[in-house]
Amino acid sequence: MSHPDTAADSELARLRWRCRRGMLELDLLLLPFVERGWAGLDPTAKEAFWRLLDLPDPTLLELLLGLAPPPDPLSDVVAAIRATAA
Amino acid sequence: MSGLERRRFDALVIGAGGAGLRAALSLARADAHVAVVSKVFPTRSHTVAAQGGINAALANVTADNWHWHMYDTVKGSDFLGDQDAIEYMCRAAAHLVVELEHAGIPFSRLPDGRIYQRPFGGQSQNFGGAQAARTCAAADRTGHALLHTLYQQNLRARTHFFDEYFAIDLLRDEQGYILGALVLEIETGELLVIEAKSTLIATGGAGQLFRTNTNAHINTGDGLAMVLRAGIPLEDMEFFQFHPTGIAGKGMLISEGVRGEGGYLVNGAGERFMERYAPKAHDLASRDVVSRAIYQEVAEGRGCGAQRDHVLLKLEHLGEEVIAKRLPGIREMVQTFLHVDPLHHPIPVYPTAHYTMGGIPTNRHGQVVVPLGAGEETIPGLYAIGECACVSVHGANRLGGNSLLDIVVFGRAAGNHIIEFLKEQRTHRPLPPESLERALERLQRWDRRGEGESVDGLRRALQETMERHCGVFRSEAVLLEGLSKVREIRDRLAHAILKDHSRIFNTARIEALELENLVELGIATLVSALGRTESRGAHSRIDYPERDDRHWLKHSLYYLEGERLEFKPVRLKPISVDTIPPAERVY
Ligand SMILES: Cc1cc2nc3c(=O)[nH]c(=O)nc-3n(C[C@H](O)[C@H](O)[C@H](O)COP(=O)(O)OP(=O)(O)OC[C@H]3O[C@@H](n4cnc5c(N)ncnc54)[C@H](O)[C@@H]3O)c2cc1C
Repeated sequence: MSHPDTAADSELARLRWRCRRGMLELDLLLLPFVERGWAGLDPTAKEAFWRLLDLPDPTLLELLLGLAPPPDPLSDVVAAIRATAA
Repeated sequence: MSGLERRRFDALVIGAGGAGLRAALSLARADAHVAVVSKVFPTRSHTVAAQGGINAALANVTADNWHWHMYDTVKGSDFLGDQDAIEYMCRAAAHLVVELEHAGIPFSRLPDGRIYQRPFGGQSQNFGGAQAARTCAAADRTGHALLHTLYQQNLRARTHFFDEYFAIDLLRDEQGYILGALVLEIETGELLVIEAKSTLIATGGAGQLFRTNTNAHINTGDGLAMVLRAGIPLEDMEFFQFHPTGIAGKGMLISEGVRGEGGYLVNGAGERFMERYAPKAHDLASRDVVSRAIYQEVAEGRGCGAQRDHVLLKLEHLGEEVIAKRLPGIREMVQTFLHVDPLHHPIPVYPTAHYTMGGIPTNRHGQVVVPLGAGEETIPGLYAIGECACVSVHGANRLGGNSLLDIVVFGRAAGNHIIEFLKEQRTHRPLPPESLERALERLQRWDRRGEGESVDGLRRALQETMERHCGVFRSEAVLLEGLSKVREIRDRLAHAILKDHSRIFNTARIEALELENLVELGIATLVSALGRTESRGAHSRIDYPERDDRHWLKHSLYYLEGERLEFKPVRLKPISVDTIPPAERVY
C-alpha cells in the first residue's frame, strides 16, 4: 500500500492528463474543475467523474453544456462541473 | 542508452488524428507492420472538434464539379496554393467521401437518400458565380464520426497503437535518413525507441501559439518543432488563420453557421460595419476579410464593452425556434461560458487563432521535401500529412471544410506511397548512438534541480506576445519587438526548472517539452512574417498593404539554424488542367 498522499497525488496526475481532450471547450470545463473542485468530491462523485471521462468528447460536451440530461449517477458531478465553469 | 527498450516497425505514424489514422489504415491493410503513437487516446485527437463538415463536389444540392472546387481553393489560398496538389485533392474528394460513407460515417441525408450538402464560405458555382453547397456533414459530429470510424477500422486491420505516448524527437543518421523516434510513455515516464523504415508525422496544428485560439490544449505543434530540430525547414509559417468569431477573451469558435443563418456583426456605435468592408458578401465574406474588419473597428476605437475590445454578434432577431433548430448548442455554449442568453443579449466576439496553414514542406505524396539546386529532394523515409504539413493546398488562407478533406486525401496518398517505399527499403538502417543521445539530452535537461523560474507563466507570456505582435495585422516594428520578446522567453525557458520530478503522469514535464516546441514555432512564425513584405491571405502587413505577385508569389522556408529564410516557387502548373492565373480576390 502506498502512502495515501502519494496515491492521491498520482491519481490527480493521471486525472490531469485524462482531462486533456480534443476540444477546447472541454479543456476549459474539465481542467479548472480538477484543480478547484475535485478534491472536495466524495468517493462516489469521484468515481462518477472517472466514468464521465470515459465518454466520447461530443457526448461529454453535450452533458456539460446541458444539451442532454446526464444519466442519474452522473448528474451531481455534471452539475458540480457546470457550477465551476467560468 | 543501450538500456532503453527498442521496438521495430515498418512504419511509424506519429499522431492519431484523421490524417494519421487514414494513412495507418492503408498501411495496415497492405500488411505493413505499423505503429501509431499518440499523446492522447486516438479518439480524443483534435479532429474530434470538427463539426462543420468535409468538402466534395458531389453536386447533390447545387450544380458542382471538381474544377469549380479547385478554382475556389486556389482563389481562397490567395494564389499561394500549389495547383498540382489542389487538383489532386479536389479530384479525389468525391471518391473519398463515398468511401467514408461505405466505411460507416452517418452523413446527413437528403429526402431521396443522397448525402446532404451545406453551403460554406468561399464556395461558388461556375468559377466565382452563385453560391455552391459543397460541404458534407454527419450532423454536427463529422470529425468525431471520422475519427471513430477510422479508429475501429485500424483496430480490425491490427494497427499497433501506443496510446498516451509522447514523441520527443526524430532519430536520423548522417546521410539524413529518418530512422524513427524517441517516445515517452506518459503513464510511467519510461522511454521507448521506435525504429522504423519510414516515419510519418501527423501531429496536427499549433493553435496554442496564441492566447485566444479555438484549439484544444494538446495542439502545440510538436511535429513541426521536431522537424526543425532535424535540420528541415518549415514552409509558409507566416500564414495562420484567424477565425473572425471567437468568444471574446476565451477563443471558442462561434460557427460561421450563425452568420449563415442571418446573424450579423455590429460595432460600439451599433453599426453593421461589414457593409463597409465587403459590399457584396457583408458578414459572410471570407474569414481573413471579416477578421481584419473586426480588428480594425476595435483598433480605431469603435469596439464594444468597457474596454472597447470586441464587437458584438447579434442573433436575437432570429428567434428561439431558429436558434434551437439550426444552431444547436450555440445558445447553451454561450450560456455556459458567458452566463448570458444569446436570445436576449448579443455575443461578444473577437478574431481567434484557428488553423496552421504553414508546416512541414511536402509534395503531394506526403514525402517531406527540401530545396536542392533549382529543384527539390525528398528526405528519405520521412512523410508528413494533415494540419502539420504544408503540401500546400491551403496556401495563404484555408477554406472551411477543406481540412478534413486534406487529411483523408493525403493520408491515403502517403499511406500508398509508403507501401511502395517499403518494397525498396527491406531492412532497418543502423541507428547511430549520437542521434539518440541528442534526443535524450532534450529530456534530461528537465531533470535539473535547484534554483530557477517555473515554466507555468512562460506559456502565457509566449501566447500573449504572439497575439499582440503577430496577430491579424502586422508591421515591421511590432514584429521585431515580438521577436526579441520571444527570444527572451526562450532564454528564460532554457533556465527554467521543474518542481515535480516524478515519473508517473508528469504533466508538468510534458508541458515543458510542449512549450519548448511552441517557442521555436513562435520564432519561426515571427521571422517568416517579418520576411514577407506584402499582404496576402491571412498575412496582413500594415506597412505593405498590397499583394505583390511580382516578388512574392513564392513559399517561404524557415530554418532553425541561423533562423534564416529561403524561398521556393509556387507550383502554378496543375496536373491535367490549365493554370488558374493570379487575379484580384474579391468577395
Ligand atoms: C473548432 C474547430 C472546428 C473545425 N471544424 C472543421 C470543419 O468543420 N471542417 C474541416 O475541414 N476542418 C475543420 N477544422 C480543422 C480540422 O479539424 C483540423 O485541421 C484537422 O482535424 C487536423 O487533423 P490532423 O489529423 O492533422 O491532426 P489532429 O486531429 O490534431 O491530430 C493530431 C494527433 O497528433 C498527436 N500528437 C501531437 N503531438 C504529439 C506528440 N508529441 N507525440 C505523440 N502524439 C502527438 C495527437 O495526440 C493527435 O492524435 C476545425 C478545427 C477546429 C479547431
